[in-house]
Amino acid sequence: MNQTPLHEPGLFEVFGTVLKRELTLAFRHRGELINPLMFFVIVITLFPLGIGPELNTLQRISPGIIWVAALLATLLSLDTVFRSDFEDGSLEQMVLSPQPLPLIVVAKLAAHWMLTGLPLILLAPLLGYMLAMPPEALLPLMATLALGTPVLTLVGAIGVALTVGLNRGSALLSLLVLPLYIPLLIFAAGAVDTAASGMSITGHLLILGALLVFTLTLAPLAIAAALRISTT
Amino acid sequence: MLEVHGLSCERGERLLFENLSFSVRAGELLRIAGVNGSGKTTLLRLLCGLAPPDEGEIHWDGQRIRTTSEAWRRNTSYIGHNLGVKLELTPLENLRFARAIGGATSTEPLEALLDRVGLYGFEYDPCRTLSQGQRRRVALARLMFSNTRLWVLDEPFVALDAAGIDFLAGLLAHQTGRGGMVILTTHQDTPLKNKIVKQLHLDAVAP
Repeated sequence: MNQTPLHEPGLFEVFGTVLKRELTLAFRHRGELINPLMFFVIVITLFPLGIGPELNTLQRISPGIIWVAALLATLLSLDTVFRSDFEDGSLEQMVLSPQPLPLIVVAKLAAHWMLTGLPLILLAPLLGYMLAMPPEALLPLMATLALGTPVLTLVGAIGVALTVGLNRGSALLSLLVLPLYIPLLIFAAGAVDTAASGMSITGHLLILGALLVFTLTLAPLAIAAALRISTT
Repeated sequence: MLEVHGLSCERGERLLFENLSFSVRAGELLRIAGVNGSGKTTLLRLLCGLAPPDEGEIHWDGQRIRTTSEAWRRNTSYIGHNLGVKLELTPLENLRFARAIGGATSTEPLEALLDRVGLYGFEYDPCRTLSQGQRRRVALARLMFSNTRLWVLDEPFVALDAAGIDFLAGLLAHQTGRGGMVILTTHQDTPLKNKIVKQLHLDAVAP
């Protein structure tokens, strides 16, 4: 059986293989890729229809609308990130793998972010323009999303990992995770507001960057611990 | 050596087993038998550390097992009731992933491995199109490149044809032959080729 020599893949190789597997899986379900993006666009489109076309009102609330929509779209798409692995036993294999579970988790979430967070960032200026956002606020909007969407994914995944074993975890997931998004929402929407009134947002971006570093360091450990609880 | 002391497990209000003690040494195969609902699968999940026991302790080389310990995870291969085979992926893609997260594994080309496990010609078909027995063969192929000392297998013979059963029996004999250990559950009296086969009947220990 083992006449051939043994090989232990390095951490980068593990990360790359898991990332590639996740992307392959996502592209085998191409139809579902577009759902969170459509959700994002439709929710934002509903606001001008409900509130009316006064440009001043829309302009004032546009950062909040886009950020809340991004937050909900991320949570919606995250709901299934561990589901199929849980159901077919792949998650047990990951939990029992000699490789660090946080690394496998980060690879999975990196793939998830590339397919949901990244498109949101690219779509956001178009939607900002639709909500009469001043042009000088569009780039800051993208910057806050670039720093903020990975945080949304990482923090949301903690809740998903905790609820993956429950039959109807979705409602509980929102209750668990949405309050945790509040600080991010305040600073991100605040940054875009500040940019719209022509002031510097360096301070805001630094805080968002700090939030990103903080969650990128600690969330994978929390997610791994939650997955170990969910697979018992 | 795997030692189990005074293991008890409850599921809901029901006591599955109580004060269970046994050990598995290098070169031994332990066959766990019992009727449906006697706690075979639960016991296997305890034995690979996926779930903590309600009472009792499981020791591996004198150390209590924990899935948070890398040394323990490095020793164990587990094939559960859910095979851990992704139906959207091909056998080759499944094994590529399994090998990446499987620690130190043999470098035998995966195509050759799939050929040996009887999946020649199916390497590039999504597992969704394969039969139950073929999907199980994909999972069993993980054992072929593994270098782990303990194999924990839940009903590994289910859905396999005669040739598959013979192949797996050979694989298990090879594992114990090189000083490894196997713990498995079976319903049927499967023809095992191992030299030392221990039996554990969960019905006998049930309260």
